Amino acid sequence: MDNAIVVEGLKKSYGKLQVLDGINFAARRGSVLGILGPNGAGKTTTVKILSTLLKPDGGRAFINGYDVVRESHKVRSSIGLTGQYAAVDEYLSGEENLEMMGRLYRLSNADTKSRTRELLRQFDLVDAASRQLRTYSGGMRRRIDLAASLIASPSVLFLDEPTTGLDPRSRLLMWDIIKELAAGDTTILLTTQYMEEADWLADEIVVIDRGTVITQGTPSELKARVGSEYLELIIAEGSDFETAENVIMCDELYIDRPRRSISVATRNGVRELKEILDCLEKARIEVESVSLHRPTLDDVFLTLTGRTATAENDHGQTEKKEKAKQ
Amino acid sequence: MNQISALVTKVTPERHSAIYWFLSDSWVLTRRSIKHITRNLDQLLSLILMPIMFLILFRYVFGGAIDTGGTTYPNFLLAGVLVESLAFGSSNTTVNIVLDLKRGIVDRFRSLPMNSSALLSSHVMADLFRNTISSLIMLAAGFVVGFRPTADPLEWVMVFGLLLLFTFAMSWFCAILGLLVKSVEAAQWISFLFIMPLTFASSAFVPTDDMPTALRIFADNQPFTHVIEAMRAWLVGTPIGNAGWLSVVWCVAITLVSMPAAAWLFRRQTQISPV
Ligand SMILES: Nc1ncnc2c1ncn2[C@@H]1O[C@H](COP(=O)(O)OP(=O)(O)OP(=O)(O)O)[C@@H](O)[C@H]1O
Ligand SMILES: [Mg+2]
Repeated sequence: MDNAIVVEGLKKSYGKLQVLDGINFAARRGSVLGILGPNGAGKTTTVKILSTLLKPDGGRAFINGYDVVRESHKVRSSIGLTGQYAAVDEYLSGEENLEMMGRLYRLSNADTKSRTRELLRQFDLVDAASRQLRTYSGGMRRRIDLAASLIASPSVLFLDEPTTGLDPRSRLLMWDIIKELAAGDTTILLTTQYMEEADWLADEIVVIDRGTVITQGTPSELKARVGSEYLELIIAEGSDFETAENVIMCDELYIDRPRRSISVATRNGVRELKEILDCLEKARIEVESVSLHRPTLDDVFLTLTGRTATAENDHGQTEKKEKAKQ
Repeated sequence: MNQISALVTKVTPERHSAIYWFLSDSWVLTRRSIKHITRNLDQLLSLILMPIMFLILFRYVFGGAIDTGGTTYPNFLLAGVLVESLAFGSSNTTVNIVLDLKRGIVDRFRSLPMNSSALLSSHVMADLFRNTISSLIMLAAGFVVGFRPTADPLEWVMVFGLLLLFTFAMSWFCAILGLLVKSVEAAQWISFLFIMPLTFASSAFVPTDDMPTALRIFADNQPFTHVIEAMRAWLVGTPIGNAGWLSVVWCVAITLVSMPAAAWLFRRQTQISPV
């Protein structure tokens, strides 16, 4: 048994709303599993079931071989949970929060004290240790929240959107922490809405949407499924965009007229780039800029669901244009 | 970051009996709640300001007009405002339980291998602490406006014993309210809704003799009156009647009903199996 987390056909509904509709996945011991999905996909619900806070309507889940419903007490001793919203005590200091958690995890006084000191140091919170959490910044609060879930050195750690709401610097810091943790033998299940985050942190990604698993695999497997890299060319204002569209000899073009952008899927970027630029030069079309894009998990999502994962990005404007080779 | 991979210093939980852990968890969480009291003085203040205001208003506005039989009005009034302040103090449990449930810290507690009903008892314990402090303040305030206790040491012990017993009973009752309402605002008005009628329809501010019959029958037979009468008797030597043992019976009865009811509600609300 080398799977620390096993999920089989998990179902959950709130009234008529089917939030989880039979999801399956497993996480190897010591690996990082990323659950990726948009708002309302069912990420938090999954985490709550796995951390024994919520009972599933159907299916089973095991943590370290223990059933989360029937053996919840054994599960609780070996997990750490950092929920989507900080669950720390505002009126206690950082140190007091950690010591309280240590005692509630039933560590001895001595272990609690030494783990507290250790974690405060590791999370750069020594200077703020005796300040009440009310005075902490969002990033510090996130860190103490994570530290609290690590006090008993759990073998399985749940992180529900650990970087949502953090500024870029704090996010990078959090990523470092998670990477470091993953380097040990802690199994981590983290949820995120950010493709980049799952890509960077996870060994295995499960993409869920509306309570079902759309796909799963390693970041590179998922990217391979959407195809390869693509080149994006911006055509200069002075040149005719229509002509440019027609001279580029390629199977798949993505055209974005308002931005005067043409994207071309490519397998061997540099050689193809040269050919395309040659063609355009012959047709006297000036190129303003060229960029090479690696596929992101955004593209995975788009390809698999036909819609975007987050409202913010603007793939919606891109129309796909199939063009037969002449 | 400072070598977090070295972070997995393995520690293992201790092993003890369930009772040991219930007491240990309660103690850990009680310490938390007591820190809340000392670090959030606004809450403590707002709760004793009201009884102090009543003390001053009744003492000086109605004081002359009320016939209290043998004793002076400040002596009569103090037991009343004291019990009122205890009831308000206990209503902290209602608010604090709602706050904990809303803030999500309960979710964290529930994911731990702890006994989560220790959370309820910790709020009750904190009320005992808070009410002891606020009672001392009330007694001092009373002294300033003319309250002159005649209690001997044994009577003082009985006063504080009943004070704690009454707080214990009321806090468990207030825990039920906290588990029934959904918002902090509701928590505040629902305890107000119980405490105000019970203090006014009692012998807290005026003797019940002059009340209309129906009201008097209610006032003479409700727990607040018994507790007030008993405290007043011990503090300033008014006749005690049956109030002594009746107040104890009431407090024990309220506790015996409220404690399991609150524990049941809490389990139903937070257990993983609401079908
Ligand atoms: N207690 C509840 N009662 C009713 N519906 C709920 C409840 N909790 C969650 N839901 C619904 O279940 C669905 C999934 O919620 P969930 O919190 O698991 O999503 P999520 O993937 O974590 O989303 P987000 O990225 O916004 O955190 C949502 O449509 C939500 O409205
Ligand atoms: Mg969520």
